[in-house]
Amino acid sequence: MSGFSALLRRELRLALAHGGEMLTLVLFFVIVGAITPFAVGPDQALLARIAPGIVWIAAFLAMLLGLGRLFGPDHEDGTLTLLRLAELPLAAAVAAKVIVHWLTAALPLVLATPILALLLAMDGETLGRTMVSLLVGTPALAGFGAVGAAVTLAARRGGLLAPILIAPLSVPVLIFGVGAVSPSGGPDQAWTALLLLAALSLMAAALSPLVAALALAWGEE
Amino acid sequence: MTIDTTPKMRWWERLAHPGQFVAWTTPLVWPLAGLTAVLFLLGLWFAFFNSPADYQMGDTVRIMYVHVPTAWLSQFVYATMAVSALGTLVWRHPMADVSMKAAAPLGAAFTAMALYTGSLWGRPTWGTFWEWDGRMTSTLVLLFIYLGIVALWRAFDDQLRAARIVAIFTLVGAVNIPIIKFSVDWWSTLHQPASVFRADGPTMPGSILVPLFIMFFAFTFLFLTLQLVAMQTEVRRRRVATLERKAARGEAA
Repeated sequence: MSGFSALLRRELRLALAHGGEMLTLVLFFVIVGAITPFAVGPDQALLARIAPGIVWIAAFLAMLLGLGRLFGPDHEDGTLTLLRLAELPLAAAVAAKVIVHWLTAALPLVLATPILALLLAMDGETLGRTMVSLLVGTPALAGFGAVGAAVTLAARRGGLLAPILIAPLSVPVLIFGVGAVSPSGGPDQAWTALLLLAALSLMAAALSPLVAALALAWGEE
Repeated sequence: MTIDTTPKMRWWERLAHPGQFVAWTTPLVWPLAGLTAVLFLLGLWFAFFNSPADYQMGDTVRIMYVHVPTAWLSQFVYATMAVSALGTLVWRHPMADVSMKAAAPLGAAFTAMALYTGSLWGRPTWGTFWEWDGRMTSTLVLLFIYLGIVALWRAFDDQLRAARIVAIFTLVGAVNIPIIKFSVDWWSTLHQPASVFRADGPTMPGSILVPLFIMFFAFTFLFLTLQLVAMQTEVRRRRVATLERKAARGEAA
């Protein structure tokens, strides 16, 4: 377990050392949200209605952008090979990376959501619901993202391929994520959606490190 | 022609040996193709001349004889790929890789055909080419998964490594497809209560079922034939690549 926490600390320190990257990601998230009114028009009622969807799409895109640094740098400088040969199972190393990826690429987005809420005419209750659904749903996106990044690591132009592979898998996350915010079917449906979203996140968190580690190990061979 | 280096192979192992596979499947291709052609002729004759027009939809109901079999194949081909992926991961069998690689573009083609015929059928009956209905949406997502898998195959030079990576992703997709289907159904019932035509509403009379069944087998045999030919082509392509590599190294091929 000490190896795991040491790795966790290393990843966190590396991510925070390049704190600018984290801010860039947040900036991207806010800009995607802020650019939407230019495309759909500044109608407050319309914006308020589609705001949760815009926030979810912006978060999805921002998390895709952050995927490149999940395995890429470690693959280039050979750290990944060392991790494969280490005593700590590769799946645990991947789990540490996914946790840090979520902490540095998803949590800041959740914290930046109030800025978008202001710009997109969201009311307080919707803002709260959106933040909760993002908090519950983004681990699933991080998990699917890790699988996509691991599968495309050894491929040519993998950076372009990963989003294409991840997007279809993320459809349920987007559906339940937005479903938990906009209760078109009543509060019962929103609660169901939130529970299903939590189930997806738990499943992705449990399985994705194993799958991603398998892909990394067999892709390197 | 083939040099048997492992004499203790049992007969089913011999059937799946790449060289032997090409040898024993080659005489099967033409009979299978002939059977497919006969089934298509028979099915299309039934579909066009010997089945009634629907009292509501008129002659457009005949699109069903192409639409339903391709929609069935879009899922059957994925199942074939998932089983082959298991073969790749568990036994690391080269023919499982080949089967997986051959099936991916076929599955994408059948899925695209199901969507295309579906939207052609939807225009006169629902009044729109595209409806965000549960089945159509999940078929569209399935098409995206197929295309992603084809793109993933093409992104690797080393085919053995590609096979293992694609097998992992194929199985991840197989686990996710039911979840996607469930979520999309949930989503479409939430946004628009059932207002669309349901194929399972009215029971089908035999005059429709007979051509549907024939077309169903025709398309399945079409897939089997194409899959066999694609697998043979892939085995030969790999052999050519190996020979080229040997020639480049200056060895006697």
